[in-house]
Amino acid sequence: MTMDRNEILKQLNKIFIDVLDDEEIVISESTSANDVEEWDSLNHIMLVVEIENHFGIKFKSNAILSWKNVGEMMDTILEN
Amino acid sequence: MKTFAQLKKNLKKDVSQLASIKVAVLGDTATQFMVQALKAEGIGNNINLKIWEADFSQIERQVLDPSSELYEYSPEFVLIFRSSHKLLLRYNKLDLSSQPKLADIELALIDDLVANIHKNISAKVIYFNYTEIDDSVFGNYASKTESSFLFQIRKLNYKLMRFASQNTNIDLVDLSSIQNAIGKLKFTQASIYINSEMIISFEALPLVAQRTVDLITAQNGKIKKCIILDLDNTIWGGIIGDDGIEKIQVGSLGIGKAFSEFQYWVKKLKNRGIIVCICSKNTESVAKEPFEKHPDMVLRLDDISVFMANWENKADNISHIQSILNIGYDSMVFLDDNPFERNMVRENIPNITVPELPEDPANYLEYLYGLNLFETISVSKEDLERTKLYQTEAARVQMQSSFTNEDDFLKTLEMKSTIQAFNDFNTPRISQLSQRSNQFNLRTIRYKESDIKRMAKSDKYFTFSFTLDDRFGENGLICVIILEKLDEITLFIDTWFMSCRVLKRGMEYFVLNYLASFAKEKGFTVLKGEYLPTPKNELVKNHYIDLGFEAKDSYFYTDVSNYQIKANHIKKKD
Repeated sequence: MTMDRNEILKQLNKIFIDVLDDEEIVISESTSANDVEEWDSLNHIMLVVEIENHFGIKFKSNAILSWKNVGEMMDTILEN
Repeated sequence: MKTFAQLKKNLKKDVSQLASIKVAVLGDTATQFMVQALKAEGIGNNINLKIWEADFSQIERQVLDPSSELYEYSPEFVLIFRSSHKLLLRYNKLDLSSQPKLADIELALIDDLVANIHKNISAKVIYFNYTEIDDSVFGNYASKTESSFLFQIRKLNYKLMRFASQNTNIDLVDLSSIQNAIGKLKFTQASIYINSEMIISFEALPLVAQRTVDLITAQNGKIKKCIILDLDNTIWGGIIGDDGIEKIQVGSLGIGKAFSEFQYWVKKLKNRGIIVCICSKNTESVAKEPFEKHPDMVLRLDDISVFMANWENKADNISHIQSILNIGYDSMVFLDDNPFERNMVRENIPNITVPELPEDPANYLEYLYGLNLFETISVSKEDLERTKLYQTEAARVQMQSSFTNEDDFLKTLEMKSTIQAFNDFNTPRISQLSQRSNQFNLRTIRYKESDIKRMAKSDKYFTFSFTLDDRFGENGLICVIILEKLDEITLFIDTWFMSCRVLKRGMEYFVLNYLASFAKEKGFTVLKGEYLPTPKNELVKNHYIDLGFEAKDSYFYTDVSNYQIKANHIKKKD
């Protein structure tokens, strides 16, 4: 993946806004599920699938519930 | 097809004006997203599905406990999704000797669930059948090994169909077909299933929701009854007006195979009760020629209820078809290869369904299969007969509209009537009509089959049954007369009833002419009639007066020795 982290974060933010249906959401690498009200376990699944589709990747099963924050999620995206 | 994310946008719409239907959803895996998809799809179909979702894996508890939340909610539909993945887990735990019984064990449980729901509430059960999983333990040999999971899952799906075909309280959503259409790897995303117990992927959810809501709306009467077809490049390749009958593509010529297969599909729809109409910009005689003469045409003129081929605009032609069939636009589907015509029809006829046919005719069928337009909840013998009635009625109305004079129209119908005394073959129908006939019934005396048989044999009575056929079709047995010998000169019309289907066709004149000549031949001189009023037979209050009888002491008399024959256009068939 040739994108830099800023670019990935920008694109992720847009996916968060779409999936969680909240225009106000601003995420950073340190943002975790606790910081975003709508980011519950159910919506997390939808986020995962939308992120996979967007970047054309598939996360491994053990990665999906392992991220502590957005930054770790980005690490996994970059590994793919 | 919309994606799940697009579909979900429906959830923001105002549903306060929509009709609502209460649905309960019970699953053995995570169903939250399915509930969202169902709601959104419902709104797309102008229905507010009010869904109560059972907690995870509570199917048995909710169904078997009469005081459960399920029954308290009292839904109209109970949707049950027991997944193949959980079925596999149960199979995995069975000992070897029980594995061949998996399907039977499951079906007994389903039977029990359906019976319990039926006992508690009058809801219909919607059950998802099982998507196939091949665990590859036996390889291809699984297909001939009863204890294999593949064998059992297929057996279960088959038995489920048998069960549903004999049980009106359950309908099936064919989840297995949906997985077959989009592929197993797309239907379930393994990583998501492992992490969340969600079986149906986001990719598959809109399709599953569509099929399920189709079934619910069909239950509420929203079904398609009619398919209207364009001709050139829709049911054959090429343009009949330019290419001529030798060069249009159907059968073996060019890509004719695509059109032949399409026509077979339409023919199957017609055979199951869908009305087929033609709407084409063409000269009528030219447009009809392939139906009459092309050896490879599957559809023939007698498959078509209304054939509109002219140079008027298609919206006008379709509204003409609607006026003949007298069914709602929302029950009609219009297929045309031309995007201009499709848009024109869409804009002018709001509720009609106009699919965006793919450009390549080779793709027509798969595309149409995917739309699932012809959902139905029952197919009875009556449906098939109703189609035939629509066809004949359509033909008559169409013909009648071209005549300003009723008599000219009747003349062209080529009506024929078969007259028979009561016999073993017509007795059941006569007795049935005697029980049911209300409006055109002079005395409304009901006779059972045994009465009919008795009178048929008696010397005291003369019995007559009349059929009426015309060039458009058969109406069957439609009139019954029983004459009773009162004395040497008088015949009493004990029974005269007729089906209202044949009103205004001159049938009563034909019948009376026949009775008069019969009476004369047998040496009688007087026919005596009586009208006994009921709340429903006002229609025939003046029946005998209109036929020239004289009223006397609440009876009606006519002298057959100087009877004037009444003009009509029905001929006696021998």
